[in-house]
Amino acid sequence: MLDSLMHIFKSEKSGKVAKRRLQMVLIQDRASVSPEVMERIRDEIIQVISKYMVIDKTDMEISLENVDDSVALVANIPVQNVKHHR
Amino acid sequence: MSEVIVITSGKGGVGKSTTTANLGVGLAMRGKKVVLIDTDTGLRNLDLLLGLENRIMYDLVDVIEGRVEIKKALVRHKKYENLQLLPTSQVKDKSAVNPADLMALCDELRKEYDYVLIDCPAGIEQGFQTAIAGADTAIVVTMPEVSAVRDADKIIGELGRSEKDNIKLIINRIRPAMVDSGEMMDMDDINDILAIKCIGQVPDDIKVVTSANRGEPVVGDSDSQAGRAYANIVGRIMGEDIPFMKFEKQGFFDKLKKAFGM
Repeated sequence: MLDSLMHIFKSEKSGKVAKRRLQMVLIQDRASVSPEVMERIRDEIIQVISKYMVIDKTDMEISLENVDDSVALVANIPVQNVKHHR
Repeated sequence: MSEVIVITSGKGGVGKSTTTANLGVGLAMRGKKVVLIDTDTGLRNLDLLLGLENRIMYDLVDVIEGRVEIKKALVRHKKYENLQLLPTSQVKDKSAVNPADLMALCDELRKEYDYVLIDCPAGIEQGFQTAIAGADTAIVVTMPEVSAVRDADKIIGELGRSEKDNIKLIINRIRPAMVDSGEMMDMDDINDILAIKCIGQVPDDIKVVTSANRGEPVVGDSDSQAGRAYANIVGRIMGEDIPFMKFEKQGFFDKLKKAFGM
């Protein structure tokens, strides 16, 4: 199974390989965000979530990560309490 | 209405100067008044591609530093009289000219010429920032190779950051036989990746080299595929709607047939 999969990859024409590799690397190239912009994104996310939840701002983490073929904005935001709106 | 166009690429060796020379000659052949500015200071080449290397008296740095009037520094082409070249210095470096200087120069030239074409140095450093400063339009030259396409994407990003939003693409040195066998990206592949309006695809053609050897840009040779491709790009720059050409295959048997006059 793995062998036949490997075979398919090897027989893929190099033009297609080039396109696929470029599309992947350019997602990463284009997603490079300056620390200032990341800081702004972080502050605005805090504002929005704080309307509904009490969150731990000191322990939250936001970063751009490469996941498989794409780039994801990954946020880990500890929730301390949910605000109940009536 | 005149237009200032910068020809850029990021990566070196993809054919920026060759493209500038061909578009300049092509526009002049169509009766437009054209001035070419070489901004690759320290690595002067546009003069050589145009066959004007023996006629240079003054250069871009002389004009910027006020030693000579712009009119005296321009070199008129012998064959295409509508075409003038402002060569750059071969001894100074890129820091001799700054963006404000070039912007002022472009605005001056704009009054008298239909097209001002700026040949940009490779890279994304100061020389690039200087070259793009006065431009209305940027033409990004790339090749169907991974490194050239990645660098083109980087340049497109840099142009966007400098608020240069009118960007067009030329794909140079396409090998039709390799595209046909799937071993080279084609125009559609590169369009998918870069998402920039493509105004030309130029095949890899030995006549580009032989014409450069003689200092006569290939656009003047309608027998060559690359020459016709450049002429089509010139038309598109002038606003004409020209379909993309189909490349003639130059396989082994075609060459053989040609050799035997069949």
